[in-house]
Amino acid sequence: MQVDLTRIKPYGDTLNDGAVQLSFTLPVEHSVEAVEAARQLAGKMGFLEPQVTYSKSIGTGFSFFVVYGKANQTVDFTGIKVEKVAVMVMEKKEVEYFIKENFSRPVNVVGACIESDAHTVGIDAIMNMKGFNGHKGLESYKGINAYNLGSQVSCEELVARAMEVKADAILVSQVVTQKDIHVQNLTKLIEIMEAEGIRDEVVLVVGGPRIDHQLAQELGYDAGFGPGTYAEHVASYIVQELKQRGGLR
Amino acid sequence: MSKLGIPTVKIAKARGAAEKIAGDIQLHIDRRTTVSVERAVLRLYGVDGATDEGAPLVNVVVDQVLHSGRLGLGISYWLANGISCYQLSPQELAENIAAGKIDLVKTPIQDEGAIREEIDKLAKDGLAKITAKRAEREELLARLAQGTEPLLYVIVATGNIYEDVIQAQSAARQGADIVAVIRTTGQSLLDFVPYGATTEGFGGTYATQENFRIMRQGLDEVGEEMGKYIRLTNYASGLCMPEIAAMGAMERLDVMLNDAMYGIIFRDINMQRTFVDQYFSRMINGFAGIIINTGEDNYLTTADAFEAAHTVTASQFINEQLAVKSGMKRSQVALGHAFELNPELENSFVYELAQALLARELFPEAPLKYMPPTKYMTGNIFQGHVQDCLFNVASVMTGQSLHLLGMMTEAIHTPHIADRYLALENAAYVFRAMKDLAGEITFKEDGMIHQRANQVLDNAIALLEEVAELGLMEAISKGMFADISRSSGGGKGLAGVVFKEPGYYNPFMEAMKEGR
Repeated sequence: MQVDLTRIKPYGDTLNDGAVQLSFTLPVEHSVEAVEAARQLAGKMGFLEPQVTYSKSIGTGFSFFVVYGKANQTVDFTGIKVEKVAVMVMEKKEVEYFIKENFSRPVNVVGACIESDAHTVGIDAIMNMKGFNGHKGLESYKGINAYNLGSQVSCEELVARAMEVKADAILVSQVVTQKDIHVQNLTKLIEIMEAEGIRDEVVLVVGGPRIDHQLAQELGYDAGFGPGTYAEHVASYIVQELKQRGGLR
Repeated sequence: MSKLGIPTVKIAKARGAAEKIAGDIQLHIDRRTTVSVERAVLRLYGVDGATDEGAPLVNVVVDQVLHSGRLGLGISYWLANGISCYQLSPQELAENIAAGKIDLVKTPIQDEGAIREEIDKLAKDGLAKITAKRAEREELLARLAQGTEPLLYVIVATGNIYEDVIQAQSAARQGADIVAVIRTTGQSLLDFVPYGATTEGFGGTYATQENFRIMRQGLDEVGEEMGKYIRLTNYASGLCMPEIAAMGAMERLDVMLNDAMYGIIFRDINMQRTFVDQYFSRMINGFAGIIINTGEDNYLTTADAFEAAHTVTASQFINEQLAVKSGMKRSQVALGHAFELNPELENSFVYELAQALLARELFPEAPLKYMPPTKYMTGNIFQGHVQDCLFNVASVMTGQSLHLLGMMTEAIHTPHIADRYLALENAAYVFRAMKDLAGEITFKEDGMIHQRANQVLDNAIALLEEVAELGLMEAISKGMFADISRSSGGGKGLAGVVFKEPGYYNPFMEAMKEGR
């Protein structure tokens, strides 16, 4: 099977068949007309040979559809570029050794869910002793003083605490992203840090299920971590970035 | 008979320790009141509305007395004195206070007998409002059908209450029995309850009386259409527990989230405040015939569900005993737990079964609230649907009561309308297909399930006994729940806690205690 990397498309059971499955709801009563509308809609989305394989009324005025179609577009895989956090991921022990070798004092890390966000599952997974899924959190790292401020911490409070403990890095978690509330919150934090003159004195990291490095950089953060991130990823990045900046202040 | 081989003496031991813990906390509660308790009283007297700047009148009135240092006598005394003196209604009096025309504490003191008479008259009206709503529910339940357990419980969270109504009605038509309106993040730390309808919230709407009313009406409509009573849930949690409980009582909510320790541990609300607030809020919930949901499932989102299982059990015992102290019936206390074991763990489902059945056996009268997987939901919706399916199996096999439907899109977004439909279809299939399976099964004596359940209970007993020895406040400050430590002087809301003065009187508390 010879894949043309300059023109890739979805694979179902035959190369370049373009097979795609999707499901959606239309705000109309279920009827044969509704099914035809769903089929035509998939066609307008650009799918070839759209087929409604299942449809059902889901309450007055709504119909649900499962649709298959074939993608009519391709992508040049050889031309893809994605902003990634440039870091060599180390194990916990290696991070601890790295700190001992490179810095004369422990690294201070402050973390919080800021503003209205009350969901600590992400920041806890990275910072708390137990970590997540068998990956111990930053609190357990020798050479790291980890301060997890928890949920609904105002940007002002986070900045004040960071200055108080002389933070080398700040970790911000944003789980709630409805109506782009996270963008507002993250922008506010940057503005306050710049006003306080500490933006360039810390490594500023954001994480969350809908966060990626590109978004983080666009918002003025040093790095962004998305799903599947464990404490060692964040720790590796922080210590290497700090070293690159010439060590701890 | 126990399916888990649990000796009754063990259960008695756990409950005894929890009773001691709750008794000690009650000594703290009985000596104090809070701004939110007193504001709830004003709401029950009919004080409503906000100033042009958006400050609720109940806050304005209570703050005036608080700042004069006399809230320890209870707001009822000052309000009734003002009413006797100026011959105004509670609402008119509150408006005059907001306009700066009346200072309650500086109002000439009237005849004690007249004040008391005025209080009792006001309270009678307030209680009648709640009693009428309770009667309305009983009438509807007698006339309409209702779901069978496990009751299918869904959430709506569009951030627009009118959109929420559309989603809730659709869910009801798909078979949902209970609809919970998710609260916008951040309300728990507001020391006031906002007013009006929410049309632009973040991941939810505010718990406001108007939002309660709008959704109640929407569910009643669809309920009449289907000939089935649809229950409504909201959150009596945060800094305003008693006030929101009062609003729920007046708008005929059926279920309210109300945990004795959740705000302390997960929202950093001061513990002295929360213990007093939860007491009165539960008293109101109890009197209104509302079921409360406790939040033990939250312990498992921070700590590991395998290692921390016993903290869930211990907290269930404590929540039960505190609720009983507030005058709630056990059948109103929906103790919480969750299906949150790591799916990578071998035999995770076996341990989930043991835990769910343990909760069922320890609290036979409780309408247990069972929460779906959230922590290990990844965005792989197909795997997520399977996880939710196993959760459904565990629920029907262990006789859970309030079954919060898992959404395969958990960790992606608040549920879309089709997510709810797929979840309802999944649960309906499992509950139908496995309806009587549990009755056909006994578990091997000394097998994995027996051993696990007994181990969790043993650990819970050890924890409860340690907490009983230390006192609950000290235990929380040592981080014995969810690995989070909170001090008794820390957190938000301590300034709103006041020692009762001799002569303190809260007519609702007295009446509700007696179940009048």
